[in-house]
Amino acid sequence: MKRLSVPVLLLVLFAVLMGLAWFEVIDVYLQTILLFMGINVIISSSLNLVNGNMGEFSCGHAGFIAVGAYVSSVLSVALFTKSRVFGAPLLPPEWAAFGFPVILIIGGLAAALTGLLVAIPSFRTRDDYLAIITIAANYIIITTIINIDKIGGARGFMGMRRVIFAMEDFAGIPWMILWVFIFMVLTLVIIRRYMSSTYGKGVEAIRQDEVAAEIMSVNTNRVKLITFMLSSGLAGIAGGLYAHAVGYVNPKSFDLLKSTEALVMVYLGGMGSLTGSILSAVLFTLLLELLRPLQIIKWVAIPLLLIIIMQFRPEGIMGHRELSDIFPKLKKFYKFK
Amino acid sequence: MNLLEIKDLTQLFSGICAVSELNLEIGHRQLVGLIGPNGAGKTTVFNLVSGFYKPTRGEIIFEGRNLAGLKPHQVSALGITRTFQNIRLWKEMSVLDNILVAQHFQLGYGLGNLFFRTSRYLERESEMRCQALELLEIFKIREYADETPGNLPYGMQRKVEIVRALSSGPKLLLLDEPAAGLQSADVNELIELIKWIFEQFDISIWMIEHQMKVVMTLCSHISVIDFGRLIAQGTPDEIQNNHEVIKAYLGDDNV
Ligand SMILES: Nc1ncnc2c1ncn2[C@@H]1O[C@H](COP(=O)(O)OP(=O)(O)OP(=O)(O)O)[C@@H](O)[C@H]1O
Ligand SMILES: [Mg+2]
Repeated sequence: MKRLSVPVLLLVLFAVLMGLAWFEVIDVYLQTILLFMGINVIISSSLNLVNGNMGEFSCGHAGFIAVGAYVSSVLSVALFTKSRVFGAPLLPPEWAAFGFPVILIIGGLAAALTGLLVAIPSFRTRDDYLAIITIAANYIIITTIINIDKIGGARGFMGMRRVIFAMEDFAGIPWMILWVFIFMVLTLVIIRRYMSSTYGKGVEAIRQDEVAAEIMSVNTNRVKLITFMLSSGLAGIAGGLYAHAVGYVNPKSFDLLKSTEALVMVYLGGMGSLTGSILSAVLFTLLLELLRPLQIIKWVAIPLLLIIIMQFRPEGIMGHRELSDIFPKLKKFYKFK
Repeated sequence: MNLLEIKDLTQLFSGICAVSELNLEIGHRQLVGLIGPNGAGKTTVFNLVSGFYKPTRGEIIFEGRNLAGLKPHQVSALGITRTFQNIRLWKEMSVLDNILVAQHFQLGYGLGNLFFRTSRYLERESEMRCQALELLEIFKIREYADETPGNLPYGMQRKVEIVRALSSGPKLLLLDEPAAGLQSADVNELIELIKWIFEQFDISIWMIEHQMKVVMTLCSHISVIDFGRLIAQGTPDEIQNNHEVIKAYLGDDNV
């Protein structure tokens, strides 16, 4: 029962969410909020890997989200829909239902590769350059997108709605809820497996004492590169999901503001805590919705929130602890690996 | 062939010569010492041997292999591990995890195995875990396996750090001032521990130590450096009566 409790719980949650959406108990607006929650869980937990577990300071997470969003959007629109830019679909549109996860993963791989390009120069020099280099990379990525007219430039890129319609033609289920849920769970499993392995504990060792890690046989440079690639790859998948959930992307949605959102989630939830990443992603998504009427003023409120957290609870809600560290008795009932 | 050969090793730091034309040899199954006044360059020698600094000049040969250009993690994989003058355990990780992370050079699985939790991965993880626990058992610190080092008394932290360095099965163990900061009862215990390690493991030990009692009882051979230069070497008796050494430690006036 200990081994089954988490899968069963997830299945029940999945069935409930799918059911609610399928029978239209919750409207499109609420569904979108749920989708954002799932996507934000991926964003915050993947950034937490670098900033929390590894103790580096990456500030341009949105750049990698953008790469994943654009690569997967362009691919899915070109492959499965008739569009002005790419002409007739290259593959039968009904294949979208199965092609979509593959495309998401390709978007993630593209983001991971971009991550590698960013990480190599940053970790070669001093680690504190990572902050500056990631900010620069975020800008470069957005500027590049703006300058590629074929994918809409500053106007943005759309057509992903039609990919969802193609999937719905194949089977009338709430596809996006399905994919976001699956990829969110996958992300959590991947991070959990990574960090609970001896390999992943090398990441913690790097945060706590990098010199000792290197001297005790941890290939610190390699571990840092791989962790950074994993983090940016997962961000890319979040980007692909976001693009298809909204049906439209625009370079502006991936600027430093978006990167700041990701940072706020990490620091709100707690450094290096998966439980914290989930909790803060859910809270933060709700908060953003509540603050939506404030429009631009929310960008006074959110940094303020960040400052308040840093003042009164610098380790975040969870702070390097998981649910099972706070309630050790729970360990009897579940195992998540 | 000697286990370790140091030839003309020189290390300059922006003008100061921390190590200067040092020549040294360490054989198999030896317990030897490196002493010298504060700032003599002892830790720098260890940092050079473990690959942490690139020598300005000179060579370090381990088992006939030149270590030039190797990174510290590669040097430790070859069989040179060490402890630090000021303990550098990972403080927020359990004692067991501290030992496990030191096995990074022999994980024996790739990322694919890790993410899919293949039987290879699970086997290796449980093997490494068992071996680490066994080692803790041998050193009678198994009860601290789940404790974080920060919660342990200082002397125990020293011990854990030594066990961590031993856990990868090195051929040469470098101990940088293992007795620093220990109470005199703990120092006696440490002497016994090092003696025991030297008897039980097929290993050479090279230690830096300020406490003469420790070096003189343990080491069969001692090298003395001052201002980065080797000024004497020999048995403990020879060193204790060496004029150069007395001069270096007490200053010219006392001779
Ligand atoms: N990374 C460095 N950069 C510049 N100078 C250094 C560096 N490391 C050591 N030194 C200098 O080199 C000299 C030798 O230092 P080292 O730490 O090797 O001495 P030590 O013999 O270990 O002394 P102690 O007994 O105090 O530990 C000192 O003058 C020190 O200031
Ligand atoms: Mg020293």
